[in-house]
Amino acid sequence: MPDASAFDGSTALRPARLALFLATAIAAISTVAPLLWMVSTALKGPDEVFDMNLVPERPTLDNLLYVFTKVDFLRFLWNTFFVSSTVTVAALFFHSMAGYALARLRFPGREAIFLAMFSTFLISLPVIVVPLFMLVRALGMLDSYVGLIVPSIFNAFGIFLLRQFYLSVPRELEEAALIDGAGYWRIYWSIILPISRPILSALAILFFLANWNAFLWPLTIASDQKLWLVQVAVASFRAQYVASWNYIMAASTVVALPTLVLFVIFQRQIMESIKTGGLK
Amino acid sequence: MSVPALKSAAQGASAVSARRRRLTLSMERREWLAGYLFVAPDALGLLTFVAAPAFLALALGTFQVDGFGGYQFVGLGNYRRMLADPLFLQSLRVTAIYVVALVPCLYVVGLALALAVQRPSLASSVFRSLFFMPQMVSLVVVALVWQVLLVDKIGLLTRAAAFLGLGHISWFGDPTFSLAVIVFISVWFLMGFYMLIFLGGLQDIPREFYDAAKIDGAGPIACFFHITLPLLQPTSFFILLVSTVTAVCGSQTFDLIYVTTKGGPANSTSLTTFYIYQTAFEFGDYGYAAAMASVLIVILMALTFVLFLITRGGRFHYA
Repeated sequence: MPDASAFDGSTALRPARLALFLATAIAAISTVAPLLWMVSTALKGPDEVFDMNLVPERPTLDNLLYVFTKVDFLRFLWNTFFVSSTVTVAALFFHSMAGYALARLRFPGREAIFLAMFSTFLISLPVIVVPLFMLVRALGMLDSYVGLIVPSIFNAFGIFLLRQFYLSVPRELEEAALIDGAGYWRIYWSIILPISRPILSALAILFFLANWNAFLWPLTIASDQKLWLVQVAVASFRAQYVASWNYIMAASTVVALPTLVLFVIFQRQIMESIKTGGLK
Repeated sequence: MSVPALKSAAQGASAVSARRRRLTLSMERREWLAGYLFVAPDALGLLTFVAAPAFLALALGTFQVDGFGGYQFVGLGNYRRMLADPLFLQSLRVTAIYVVALVPCLYVVGLALALAVQRPSLASSVFRSLFFMPQMVSLVVVALVWQVLLVDKIGLLTRAAAFLGLGHISWFGDPTFSLAVIVFISVWFLMGFYMLIFLGGLQDIPREFYDAAKIDGAGPIACFFHITLPLLQPTSFFILLVSTVTAVCGSQTFDLIYVTTKGGPANSTSLTTFYIYQTAFEFGDYGYAAAMASVLIVILMALTFVLFLITRGGRFHYA
């Protein structure tokens, strides 16, 4: 059986397979080439920026130092880290609670609530940003961490994934605990949360990345420079240093590096959770 | 056993069952309460920060709002104004072109990449990671990187194009090319995501079908058209719908346009979502912006309904 498929696969189609392999390799390298170019430009001196060489002839860290001394990038990085982590933790907490209840607990109106949540699924930020801004302003959350964090927590996608996960978990575990007289909170906290660790960690990475890379909401809600997040900071840095591309690419590298490092470490979990989850 | 004894035994039994019923009833109530409390934070959050703004858009759309917070009811005035607003109509045109160009490109490129890296091997998993990598970078940075590559006259790709005899093209500055460049960058950014969704779909196709086809002497092209494509139908529906929604109102394109062209040149990249943002935050015309947003919201709700039907009520797998 295996030798039959090995036979027709590797001998008859070898040149075709080699061509496919080469084409894929070239496409893959071209795909990441712009990112390599970004790092390369960040390490080039101003005289070398538009030379054709990928490896800088006289590599320098001046651009990166310049970015950190001229602009308070450390503060923006910290702001972004703080906001992204808070949103991620709060979102996972609320979504797992809701997902568990929607999958497991029986209460009147459950299907209606799920349907209502589903109906918000495709409403993306650019479409509601104007009324959302007015609402958040009316709530007095303009120019504050609360305004940056709270509206970013809620999205239906995480709820669906977790609900689906809990639907597939065997009931026996909870039923034993229920007979022992454990309350629902105890069941959630000491049985449900521990078994959902793999899916929660996969979602944590996705949520953190999405918030780190978010631009539109931080741009809209925080005009106070103290509250800027990195994406807003780098966009305004670009507006300020119109054609100093070595500085702009240095700032871009600083902003992109944390997520690229996260990707290198967690690529398997990230890609697997998108493949099975279907949506970001 | 005597009759009274039987009677009292029956009474005892019914008392026990009554108590049990009370007990189960209270347990049932406890479950209800727990359910509501567990769902409450997310339900209230979605209601306040997603559903309420969507309804607010519909309501606000009937008002004229000035920069000082004054509201004046104008009924359907904003909607009438839309029909006669050349910039709004232009933005719809740009959005339509963007959708029609982006959705098929993403479908073809995503599927091609998925087929190319489908076989499990070390090389395939490295290629998958590389194709997916642009997704990890923010759109702001993506926009800046492509601006460097496409700078007028001296950008690496601008010079490469000139070298190939295309002349010195101003990629972002010439209305003939600006939208095409935005589409190209969008494909580059998004293709890894769609590749993964397609891989998920390809995984679900049973190998036996291919083995049987091979025995019948079918080549790879026949296999693709008679097995792969038909069996990918659920995935394809899902992908077409999601990419359409992404193209109409994804924040990805918004970020890209905000950093690169700001809707220009000559409004050639002014997507509706961008025009709405400009109307509110640059021109201060919140009511009119809300009215335009409400049109998109109605379209989205219709698409959500379709998605709900094809995923059989929010179950995201494609078997």
